[in-house]
Amino acid sequence: MIRILSLLVGLFFTAALAWSFGNGAVNFAREGKPATVESAFHEHPKALHLASDGPFGKFDKQQLQRGFQVYKEVCAACHSLRLVAFRDLKAIGYNDDEVKAIAAGFNVPGLDPNTGEANTRPGLATDYFPMPFANDIAARAANNNAVPPDLSLMTKARHNGAAYVYSLLTGYQDQPAELLKTFPDAKTPQGLHYNPYFANLNLAMAPPLTADGQVTYGDGTKATKDQMAKDVAAFLVWTAEPKLDKRNQTGWPVLGFLLFATILGYLSYRTIWAEKKKH
Amino acid sequence: MSFPWANEYKPSHPFMQWMDEKLPLPRFVYNAIGAGYPVPRNLNYWWNFGILALVCLTLQIVTGIVLAMHYAANAGVAFDSVEHIMRDVNWGWLMRYAHANGASAFFVVIYIHIFRGFFYGSYKAPREMVWLLGVVIFLLMMATAFMGYVLPWGQMSFWGAKVITGLFGAIPLVGEPIQQWLLGGFAPDNAALNRFFSLHYLLPFVIIGVVVLHIWALHIPGSSNPTGVEVKTESDTVPFHPYFIVKDGWAVGAFLFLYCAVLFFAPNMLGHPDNYIPANPMSTPAHIVPEWYFWPFYAILRAFTFDFFFIPAKLMGVLAMFGSILIWFFLPWLDKSPVRSGHYRPTFRKFFWFGLIPTMLVLFYCGGAPAEEPYVMFSQIASLYYFAHFLIILPIVSSIERPDPLPFSITEAVLGHDDKAALGTTA
Repeated sequence: MIRILSLLVGLFFTAALAWSFGNGAVNFAREGKPATVESAFHEHPKALHLASDGPFGKFDKQQLQRGFQVYKEVCAACHSLRLVAFRDLKAIGYNDDEVKAIAAGFNVPGLDPNTGEANTRPGLATDYFPMPFANDIAARAANNNAVPPDLSLMTKARHNGAAYVYSLLTGYQDQPAELLKTFPDAKTPQGLHYNPYFANLNLAMAPPLTADGQVTYGDGTKATKDQMAKDVAAFLVWTAEPKLDKRNQTGWPVLGFLLFATILGYLSYRTIWAEKKKH
Repeated sequence: MSFPWANEYKPSHPFMQWMDEKLPLPRFVYNAIGAGYPVPRNLNYWWNFGILALVCLTLQIVTGIVLAMHYAANAGVAFDSVEHIMRDVNWGWLMRYAHANGASAFFVVIYIHIFRGFFYGSYKAPREMVWLLGVVIFLLMMATAFMGYVLPWGQMSFWGAKVITGLFGAIPLVGEPIQQWLLGGFAPDNAALNRFFSLHYLLPFVIIGVVVLHIWALHIPGSSNPTGVEVKTESDTVPFHPYFIVKDGWAVGAFLFLYCAVLFFAPNMLGHPDNYIPANPMSTPAHIVPEWYFWPFYAILRAFTFDFFFIPAKLMGVLAMFGSILIWFFLPWLDKSPVRSGHYRPTFRKFFWFGLIPTMLVLFYCGGAPAEEPYVMFSQIASLYYFAHFLIILPIVSSIERPDPLPFSITEAVLGHDDKAALGTTA
């Protein structure tokens, strides 16, 4: 009885699937796969190698400080970093006084201690990076109707994050003539900027790194556009995963211990089973 | 119940004797996972995955309880509280990565455990109840994992919750009220997040309860084994302790090594980047995909693209997705072959290795791929085979197949000879 029922249920599902497959296949044969401008012109991120890559990775603090400088002087005008506090900067090699000075350089929301009215005050080490816009509406109004995303987790919130940030920053270009030939409707709209590394190819952010020497690095590194993009990508790896160094450093002893314990366990297994394997 | 030759618990210390009279817990442990439980001597490494699943469950509960001390189940702050755990809680990053990757490890282990059962016919009499309880555990795990993925309140959390609760909306007439009742609103929001957290904390303890029943039911007939021939004499078995304690022990070590390699060096490999973007009801992700362990079933859901007579495609998909697991409940009665092990079933074995396994891999791949051609067509063919395999092929194969000759006993299978077989006794 149960097997007759199962046969009927089986035929029901397989018939429904065959029906879906048949219809889909006919449509596919007729229309094929529609080519989209994104599928034809979107590019995967360029390769980027950072000191923090891989199981032996360790942050290059010098580079993180350069990247922080790029963030502070270029990105911070529009992009928030709301999950990072000034105190966190100690981890990339600033001392207490430097952190205090950096914090004091930012104005954060505060309250007038006498009247209780909202005002701003210089930041303290315990404050988080302030938001560049009062709210999303203000952000949209100032940025061609696009809210600049928070950057704290950016390198974990995109596939191949650090390479993506680096590619996007260095990927601005004129729209290829070939694109407009194949997709005449896909002209980059007024106010947007063509960038093949962006998911839909056109983004509201104007090229932020426009000239070599846009920032002046304290450590003497030449601030080429490429270098600045790499440095800020490295910095954003740190903001997204500040415990990366500790994680890598903890991982090796843990694996070493487990390997040792597993070998001991295996040898005990061989010893205890030795008799049973024979007869 | 046990075999007559099982070692008996004999407490020697006066305290243990006193304890044995008042509360025979040590006796219980001795008979469950100690020297008092005889186990077939020929178990291969596929039989280690039950213990590994127990290790995973323990890991998840321990890390989960610690995370719950720091997490805040409120739609306004949930995302930031997870980042607080990652950044400011001592070793919080370790707890969270251990928990997130622990869920993946748990599913890897449980899939191997289930497919071990498929191949070796572990679901057959006298172990039907073990199998049924196992399917219940798997369903509870899926519910728990789904709700857990909602808690960080990222983009995939939110849209995953919307899509999965939306499945109930496909039920005719009452679907929409059910969906709103489940969510406590018209879309996922604070009410949904809170109840998901509550249930995510509750269900693992329900799982523990069913695991106890699963192991209890297993210990009545005793473990199955790769030959599928039942235990006959003492020489077919070894005591669980020390033989399987030590074998499971080193397997647990090897498992933890692999798990920690992912946990420490590629903790986000199995997650989706979109879940590091806070939930935003106004912005739909380009591709909504569940966690990897749901991909095969997600592929089945999406394989139904055209209405079938009067049944809407979406409803068909929902029926099929739930049905694809519910049919496992009937497996003991669909596969009537008296031979358990796939080793001795030449036809079944071919359908298993060249049918079911490739099908699962295709479904797995297509479930994670975007819902476009040719992936949809691949998942349709694979889903078709999936249902045909369990509902049509297995019942037919089990009645027409000529199994290979079985060994006389486990001892013969291991040693090549069994003295008792020569004497014709089956003591």
